Amino acid sequence: MTVVYWAAYGMLGVGAFLALVRLGIGPSLLDRVVATDTLLVIIAAGLAVHAGLERDPTVVPVLVVVSLLAFVGSVSVARYIGGMLVGSADDGQDVGLPEAAEERAARAAEASR
Amino acid sequence: MSVLEVARDVLAVALLLAGTFLCLTAGLGLLRFPDVLARMHAGTKPQVLGVLLVMVGAAIRLQGWSATWMLLLVAVFQMLTAPVSAHMVSRVAYRRRHVRRDRLLVDELRTGGGGAGDRVYKGDEPADAPPEEPATALAESREEDGRAENGRAEDGVR
Amino acid sequence: MSAESAAPAAHRLRHQLPLLVWLVLVWNLLWGTWSWANLLSGVAIALGVTLLLPLPPVTGGSRLRPLPTLSFLGWFVLDLIGSGALVAWQTVRPSGIDRSAVITVQLRTDSDLLLTIVAESLSLVPGSMVIDMDRERRTISLHVLHVRDSGDVERQRASVLKQEERVVRAFGSPEEVAALAPARSTGRVAT
Repeated sequence: MTVVYWAAYGMLGVGAFLALVRLGIGPSLLDRVVATDTLLVIIAAGLAVHAGLERDPTVVPVLVVVSLLAFVGSVSVARYIGGMLVGSADDGQDVGLPEAAEERAARAAEASR
Repeated sequence: MSVLEVARDVLAVALLLAGTFLCLTAGLGLLRFPDVLARMHAGTKPQVLGVLLVMVGAAIRLQGWSATWMLLLVAVFQMLTAPVSAHMVSRVAYRRRHVRRDRLLVDELRTGGGGAGDRVYKGDEPADAPPEEPATALAESREEDGRAENGRAEDGVR
Repeated sequence: MSAESAAPAAHRLRHQLPLLVWLVLVWNLLWGTWSWANLLSGVAIALGVTLLLPLPPVTGGSRLRPLPTLSFLGWFVLDLIGSGALVAWQTVRPSGIDRSAVITVQLRTDSDLLLTIVAESLSLVPGSMVIDMDRERRTISLHVLHVRDSGDVERQRASVLKQEERVVRAFGSPEEVAALAPARSTGRVAT
């Protein structure tokens, strides 16, 4: 069992360290976003491994929060970077939702009338 | 401890170790891959397969139902949200030319007239991705500048 | 007047019902235990969320065929494991990755929900990632790893089309399944 502990936490630690290195050197902001995302996933995996190996369910709610935070963080930063785009027709953020099929049908019915 | 329980533990530990190994390769891929899009492939892999393996492993080890449901919820959230964030980041990455086009075999989004892609180089450029056609890029950006200048001049005349 | 306004409301409620059920389910899963109190508070919260933050309605393809759905899920898990192992091998092998490619595939289905499912499942499988999607022309642009020559590109394109076919067979309406059959296209975008 000790071997399993060392193997699991060792691999997670090295993976998290490599993600941190990319976070540090990553030449662009997006590299850092991807690295942060991966780092949070590795942290979530570490919490789950802890819960599994120790049979300790107290960290499971933390897991839910961490996995949702990763999503919110990377999406908001991606939108922010998209907003800095220059010279493109639509600036990486959707101006509105793409037209739903229902609305298109309604408009077609309106036009044909 | 019955044989069944031992088998279950072995299975759970194997799943956990496989998931952590995927996390390790994710870190490795982040460091080794050449551009943002390729690195994202490395990042999404543990996000989906690794999280799934780890969650199943932990759910086998934890015997309370409440924890199992919550782990299931985490897995479902990951499956729903990972593509969304991956898509948003990759789309911005493509438009901002964080892509090493010299490593692309074909680029049909560009040649197929997809209409995506901005013309001006500006802002947060990756240091390792040189403009693949420096002359064209320069000409284009000069053209843009010229157009902007003209627009301003016309405004001034009016 | 009231009947006219009541009909769209009922229509909207019918569209929102799966969302409500899903929200109540999530609420219960978050609490971890099932009880009447959880159920009732879940219903209250779900109603509040859908009223405060309304979503545009999703049309089409809300049926579910058991057998094709199973086949879709099975292929999906196989794909996930297979290409996950492939990408993992590419990261650890000494020579690193091959060249990658951005391909554009012409899809055949014309339903928001089905296109969303196709795009999500393609993004989830490691090795392919959706960059952009043209809703009007029904084309989808993917970044794919591990392509060595144009044969690989065509193979990837074929696998995208096959994935689309599985999704439509599992969740699509009969008309959409019928629309698959004649168009044995190569998935190339007509330019």
